Formats: sequence, C-alpha cells, structure tokens
Amino acid sequence: MASEEHSVAPPKMPRVGLFVTCLVDLFRPSIGFAAVKLLEDAGCSVVVPSAQTCCGQPAYNSGDRKDARGVARTVLRAFRGLDYVVAPSGSCAGMIREHYPKLFAGEPEEAEAEALASRTWELISFLADVMKVERVECHWPARATYHDSCSGLRELGIRQQPRQLLGSVEGLELVEMAEAEVCCGFGGTFCVKYPEISDSIVSKKAENIENSGAELLMAGDLGCLMNMAGKLQRRGSRVEVRHVAEVLAGQQEEPAIGEPAKQVAK
Amino acid sequence: MQSTSHAFKQNAHRALHDPMLQKAMGHVRSGFIDKRVQAAARLPEFDQLRDQAKAIKDHTLAHLDHYLERYEAKVLEMGGKVHWCATAEEAREAVLSICRSLDARTVTKGKSMLSEEIALNEHLEANGIEPVETDLGEYIIQLRKEPPSHIIAPAVHVNKEQVEADFRRVHKNLPPERSLSEAAQLVDEARQVLRQRYLEADVGITGANFLIAETGTSVIVTNEGNGDLTQTLPKAHIVVASLEKVVPTLEDCATILRVLARSATGQEFSSYTTFSTGPRRPEDPDGPEEYHVILLDNGRSSMLGTEFQDMLRCIRCGACMNHCPVYHAVGGHSYGWVYPGPMGAVLTPSLIGVEEAGHLPNASTFCGRCEAVCPMRIPLPKMMRHWREREFEQHQAPAKARLAIEAWAFVAKRPRLYRWATSLLIGALGRAGRRRGRFRELPLAGGWTAHRDFPAPSGRSFQARWAEQQRRGRASR
Repeated sequence: MASEEHSVAPPKMPRVGLFVTCLVDLFRPSIGFAAVKLLEDAGCSVVVPSAQTCCGQPAYNSGDRKDARGVARTVLRAFRGLDYVVAPSGSCAGMIREHYPKLFAGEPEEAEAEALASRTWELISFLADVMKVERVECHWPARATYHDSCSGLRELGIRQQPRQLLGSVEGLELVEMAEAEVCCGFGGTFCVKYPEISDSIVSKKAENIENSGAELLMAGDLGCLMNMAGKLQRRGSRVEVRHVAEVLAGQQEEPAIGEPAKQVAK
Repeated sequence: MQSTSHAFKQNAHRALHDPMLQKAMGHVRSGFIDKRVQAAARLPEFDQLRDQAKAIKDHTLAHLDHYLERYEAKVLEMGGKVHWCATAEEAREAVLSICRSLDARTVTKGKSMLSEEIALNEHLEANGIEPVETDLGEYIIQLRKEPPSHIIAPAVHVNKEQVEADFRRVHKNLPPERSLSEAAQLVDEARQVLRQRYLEADVGITGANFLIAETGTSVIVTNEGNGDLTQTLPKAHIVVASLEKVVPTLEDCATILRVLARSATGQEFSSYTTFSTGPRRPEDPDGPEEYHVILLDNGRSSMLGTEFQDMLRCIRCGACMNHCPVYHAVGGHSYGWVYPGPMGAVLTPSLIGVEEAGHLPNASTFCGRCEAVCPMRIPLPKMMRHWREREFEQHQAPAKARLAIEAWAFVAKRPRLYRWATSLLIGALGRAGRRRGRFRELPLAGGWTAHRDFPAPSGRSFQARWAEQQRRGRASR
C-alpha cells in the first residue's frame, strides 16, 4: 500500500537506516555490505543501528502476537529519526510496511508503527522507485535467472525493478524460468514444520531453475535463497546462488551461497 | 464426512509418494492458471468487478437476517418452501422426510459441496434411497467411493486410465471391446448410463451458487447440463444451500457471475447458468411439482462478527487451490475433510473445530497467491494467521514449537543478549562449516537437512564486521 509519503521526492542525501535482517546479519554479511555500497552509490548516507535484531516474523506467523510486538518494538526504537529504513529482503520489509500497523493497532505505538511503515522499503525497489537508479556500473558475465520471492512480489509489487537493474549489468544474460512467481517452499517455519511438503515444492522449483539453463540464480530474500541453494546442492546441481544485491554490487570475490571460501594465497 | 484433518501430515506423506496422484496434480498446475490469466486480461474491468462483488457480499453479510427473510418470503410467494436448518443433522432429516413423503427410491444429484459437508449420500443410502451423482466428476468419485478432492473438479486427482477401469468394473452392459481411451468416449459412456437414471429419479437435489432475495430464485452454474436435468425431470427439486449464498438482487448475482467462471475455469461464463424459481406453474411445459430449499447454517452464523466473517464471501470458484503450491503438492484429500486448499484451511477449522483441523492453517508458506487471485478478495493468509493466533492463545500449538518461539523471542527482544548468543552460535557453525561451505547434516535441523544442504554462515556477523570497519574509519574498505 503506497502511502502519501512514498511519492514525495527524497531529500538530497537521505539518511537511510539499513535493517540488515537477522538472516543476512548471521549467515551472509556480504549482502549487507552490498546493500551499503548500492545505497551509497545512489547518494544515500547509510547508518546501521546496532540495537536491531529481527523484524519479528517468526513469532507473528506462529500466532504469537505478543512476542511479535515485543521484537517489533526493538525495530521501532532502533530506527527513530531516519528518513528511510531499507532492508535487503521483501519479506522483512513487507512485515514492517504491511503488518506492523496491524500488529500495533490500538497500542500506544500505533502512530509510530504507521510512520515507520511508510518510511520502509525493500532495497531494490527503494533504489529504483525512490532513488530513481536506472543502472549500475558492474560487469558479471553469466547466464542468470531471477526468482520472485513471494512477499516482495505480492505484498510490495517488486517485479520489474530487479530485472531493470540487472539488465544494466554488463555481460549478464537474464533468462526467465518457468513459474518464477511460484513460492520456493521456504515459508519461514513452514519448511521445518512440514519438511516433506516444503521439499516437494522446492524440488519443482529446482527443476524449473535447472531447465532454464541459467548458471546463476538470484532472488531478493536470503531465506528463499538458502532453501533453493540447499536443494540445488543436494541434487548435485552446479547452479550458483546469490542475492540480487550482491550481483548488482559486483561482489564476485564472495563465494556463492553454500560454497566454501576460496583458498587463495595472497 | 468423517474428518482425517488431524492426520494431515500422514495424508500428505501418502499423497507425496503416490505417483498416479502426482501425475494428475501436474494437470492442475498447468490447466487452470493460464486460462484464468487470459480470461481476466480479456476483461479490462475485471479488478473493478472484483471490488463490486466483494462490496455486494459485505453488504449482504452485514444485513444477512434481512435478506434471508426477504428470500424466504419470495420463495413462499412463488409456491416453494424453505426449511431452516441449524445443523447438518437437521438438514439430512429434512431432505429424508421430503424424499419419504414422495416414496422416493432414487434421487439424482447435481454437484453440491454442501451435500458432502452434511454427508447426505450416506444418510440416504442408510435409509434405502439411492443417490445418483450426475456431474461427471462426482459420478466418478461416487463409483470409487471417494470424497471430492477439489471443489469444482471433484475427480481432478484421478487419471483417465483409472476412470476407464472404474467404468469397466461397474457398468455391467459395457462391451469389453469398446474403446474408452479418449476422454470424449468416457463422457459418452457416462452420459448413456446417466440418461436412464434421470428418468427414473423421484427427487432431484442440487446445490446453489446463489440465492436471490429479490426473486426467491436459486442459481446453479454447470458445464454439463446435468443440473438442469436433475432439477426439472423429477417430481420434486430440493436445493441444499448454506445461508451465505444469498445476494440481494438479480443484478448483484449477475455481477458476481462475471467473476465466478473467469476465476474458476477461465471461461467467460459456464456453459449453463440456470435460474430456478418455485415449482412448475400451470403454464410451464415442464418442471418439478415441489420446490424445497434446505437453508443450512451449520456453524456459519457464528463466524459473523468475528475475524473470519470475510470467509463467508467465498463463492467456491476454486482459484485459491488452483494456485496453491501446497495443494499442488499434496492434493485435496490430504486436507482430510470436505474443503481443501486455502479456502478449506480457513473454513474447515470454523466448521469442525481448530482442534481437529489445526494443521490446515499452519500448512501454508503464506505465499499469498491465493489472496492475489481470489475474486472476492478474501484475505486468506491473514485468516490462517488468525487461526494460528487462536491456537497459540489457547495453548493448542505444539508445546515444542511454542517453547522454541518464546525462547527465540526472549533473546530477540534483548539486542545485547542477542548479539552475544548469536555470535557464539554462528561462530561455532562457521568454524564447523568452513571447509565445505555447507552441512549435509546438522543437529536439531533434521527437518531441513533431510532434504537439502544447509549453507554454513561465514562465522562473523554483519554487525561485528560493520562495527570493526567503523572503528577503523572505514579506511581499509
């Protein structure tokens, strides 16, 4: 739901709080550094509040509203006084933008939650829609395909923005897989609560990825990426898996998700 | 119908290992989705019609008592009768007593999910009355003694070869040399057998897609014309309908019809849309002598005024299940009761209890595709989450999962504790996974590693590295 504030032109050098997200913070810091680079290249001043943890989705989607609010309060507190909050995840940005106002409805923090929601963006759509970034300076020769993660696509309408920016990457050939908009079967706690069903869904996704002929898979959410990378690797597939921000930032020295660091003697 | 929703996981396990079913489910994935997209694209005002359709139902539900009374008055005026039934049992008894008053031996039936909900066929059979399903899909599953696996395509889980085998087993006069390898040949065979059954039937039972308050009309949509024969040939026509089917006017019905078939099968309109108002009048060339409406509540009125009221907008088009990755994986029978897929995941706990059907709203990735295609804009994921909230509040969620969430939240609410605890965890995982970059097995993560590798963390958090960079003035970057 685009609010009024979203259509207002950004200040000259907007102060952007990076909501790193718990998965990126713990599992793949390179996505966070890619986000910082892309935001700075776009003319933002980036701050990373140290008191952030998680958006609260695991509790929220498990029916535990009280704990979800408790965790969400850490986000409200950590990101006060910034022009924008940007997350390299459609799922976490969607949680703040679409669900925080409902979570805090009737609570003292209701107005604050709504204000935060209206300032919060997923990284790629922020670059394209707010900062009006049209291209990136980067070279990445590969045949690649993009998976539309569910929350980014259906809650935030992110579809053409990553494709547009990826189109400006020199050497990158973007091919569409079949059913790119179908869920990968991750679903947060779903994948451990219903592992067999999740496996069936991610197996079909892996087939579609392999059939596309791509050697590189990208998406905008680390949860989905870990799920798809884990399945592709279990199947013995050679497809590399990376976050779309890592590719746009040209972080080629970073090993792909689930791959060991290269033992290069310097 | 006896529910097996509590055994959803076991049902799903069986379904995932059933190659015939998996083959049939492949057709669902490819069959419905493109047709819906094309039908919607051909109608520029499609999304606007969805808004109108939603508004009509919201208005009706806000004044449900008023429209139901108007509807009944009109049915009476047209010479029909309305039987108000609070429970499935009352509805079964009402149908049976009408059948008995006519000494009915066989009844033909149009497709009706509500008759599945009240287990009507079993009740009629137990009382010496033979129900004959006339919708091809329903007919097939009746022969197979199975419940429907989809609300508009009840036999979608069955392959052609299985239908041929069923017909050869049951149709005694079918010459073995006759070919039944094509779908059209199967349809012809069913049609020949069913023709005779229409003529024999004493009572015809149909469901209703709509009840129109303004005119006292019941409406069915079909693609085979079987509903028309079912309701016009016998002495009596019984409509079984739940109370949220009512809409105020003919015009309202027409608006919703424009989104129904497009969402369901991608047709602009179903082949047959049949309006029935009262019994045969003296000037009518045909029609039933008696017209009865079984108007059933069965738990729906208790959804009014709750967070589940929006579910009563559902027009049973099936778009949600046609687009659901979980439904595609496990098929309709896994859900264990009458209504599968996302709409079933919300409705079933309302009707038979969340204690029995708690798995259903939990077995969703919240991918949101169902809500995106629902013509009535029902927020299905949101309502599944409401069920999870109820379970959590009433301590029905599994204790282990509950404890894990609460423990995690305790830490996540305390940033400094969180930093410390997570750095220990990922430090250890990072060291253990450094060489391969991933784990094939991991303690406490068996649900994940049974099917896929687990990518190893690099060992130090973004925050730790960022803080270090800040200390160095980011000079080395």
